[in-house]
Amino acid sequence: MRPKKLSYAKYGYIFSIPFVVAFCMFTLYPVIFTLVIGFTDFKGLGVTDFHFLSEPFKNFQQILSSPSFKTALKNTFVLWGLNFLPQILLALLLAAWFSGTLFKIKGQGFFKVVFYMPNIITAATIAILFSTLFGYPMGPMNSLLQKLGIIDAPYNFFQNKWWAKGVVSFIQFWMWYGYTMIVLISGILGMNTEWFEAAELDGASGWQKFFYITLPNLRTILIYTLVTSLIGGLQMFDIPYLLVSKSGPNNATLTASVFIYNQAFSGSYMYNRASAASMIMFIIICVLSAVVFYLMRDKYEAAAQKELKRAARQRLREEKQKARTGA
Amino acid sequence: MKKLNVSKGFLAMVYIVCIFLAALSIMPFLIMVINSTRSTVQIQQQAISLIPSSHLIENFKILTGKAFNPMRGFLNSAIISVGATACTVYFSSLTAHALVVYNWKLRQPFFTFILAVMMVPSQVISIGFYQFMYRIHLTNSFLPLILPAIAAPSTVFFMRQFMLSSLPLEIVESARIDGSREFHTFNRIVLPIMKPAIATQAIFSFVNSWNQLFLPLILLTRQEKYTMPIMVSLLKGDIYKRENGAIYLGLTLTVLPLFIVYFLLSKYIIAGVALGSVKG
Repeated sequence: MRPKKLSYAKYGYIFSIPFVVAFCMFTLYPVIFTLVIGFTDFKGLGVTDFHFLSEPFKNFQQILSSPSFKTALKNTFVLWGLNFLPQILLALLLAAWFSGTLFKIKGQGFFKVVFYMPNIITAATIAILFSTLFGYPMGPMNSLLQKLGIIDAPYNFFQNKWWAKGVVSFIQFWMWYGYTMIVLISGILGMNTEWFEAAELDGASGWQKFFYITLPNLRTILIYTLVTSLIGGLQMFDIPYLLVSKSGPNNATLTASVFIYNQAFSGSYMYNRASAASMIMFIIICVLSAVVFYLMRDKYEAAAQKELKRAARQRLREEKQKARTGA
Repeated sequence: MKKLNVSKGFLAMVYIVCIFLAALSIMPFLIMVINSTRSTVQIQQQAISLIPSSHLIENFKILTGKAFNPMRGFLNSAIISVGATACTVYFSSLTAHALVVYNWKLRQPFFTFILAVMMVPSQVISIGFYQFMYRIHLTNSFLPLILPAIAAPSTVFFMRQFMLSSLPLEIVESARIDGSREFHTFNRIVLPIMKPAIATQAIFSFVNSWNQLFLPLILLTRQEKYTMPIMVSLLKGDIYKRENGAIYLGLTLTVLPLFIVYFLLSKYIIAGVALGSVKG
């Protein structure tokens, strides 16, 4: 039986070929190409030839000392933080309510469907919708606030940099808290119910159970959510690009991705600088990805690895034994 | 079931918060849909109304009289999304099949590699990607938006987990005894077993591809190639400056297909999100 099984191993390689080829062509090669361009003088529409710079790191130095890249990087983190903090808190609260150890909420299915809905709608559409809703001088938000008597005259929201930032963050929050909530609920439902029952027998209150059982056991999922959200947040493009024209007052909503897009594709065609900026972002994201990788590896691979080692040891022992009996 | 220490006031607060959040999710879209039936003059007099009006056709004429072409955008987006989704689910299943069914030397390293590249960001390598496509004359083609979907690490991961739990390897072996060739076995026997996983991943892959803006925006410069999200971005420009009714209608048209997909499949989508998260 054994030699026959071995002969099928080649199909493992053959069936992996499409993945490997597509990956090398559309991911690996572009990564290397982007990196290379970062060290050259490559710019201009329709130009295809470029030369390496005599000072190889000039583009990187220029980008790192450029005030607008610094602003973009800072904005990216600020916009992400402003949306993530309320998002995770609300998602935790809702997850605690919905996972139902204390009480059952009627219409849970409906609420989940509605809370998650904004997540699947095109971000570009949502950006334009909100820029219309917050329109000036006439827009639904302005007319609502005037009717409620909160303001007397129409307010131009996107002329204020904190309003501009706030609306971008709010949209991100609004699009993602439902997703995070569902992720956390499935995490809570996956927990061992005996823990909760034991705590109940010991007279723990709902809050105690939440803080001493639910939260500590959600740790891995929370870190995973945090890091994946940060990786997504660092690439934030659609909303800030379309919500406020020209990135708002003082580049209030200029993010790293919008910066890269502006450098390379709108007017200036500075591919070399855009590449340098991209690579800086790439490295930041790779470091964060490493965290996700270790989290996942811990769970799945450590177990698999252990099993493999055990099997190998077993085989070794058997062979030794065979050798001994043979001798 | 004992109902311990939950007061009526607390429960009321829970419902108020939930209803408020539900309204927050629905209101923007409700305003959008209703305003798409109202004339620009009506909207300017009163920006919010709960009563639809009768200017839908008029708005549609204004909208399509300019650059916005909903049919074109819809068709282009559909071609790309269907193509990309088909590539993703088929080749991810094939790769997962290679990882699960065969015992090859590089199997474990290859799986580790897939985990490692799961998060490679597509946007920050866009300059190299664009330049590569420019050189092989594939800008303004849909291929660069479809073919990369062949290598979808997170889908491979999901398919592998599903296969490990629901594909009995005896089936593959008995197919071999019956003389079925490996590729044939995969297409005729393994793929049908994968149907539930394929359905879940297809939904997410489709929505993802449909909503993409960045790559299409840099690759597609000719107007007849525009996808729906690029069409939407036209609504922001000067050409529709004073035509609020038409803008709302344009937005409504772009989300309509998504709304239909979502409300038909919401159960599976929510379950899919929960399932996908288990990988965390």
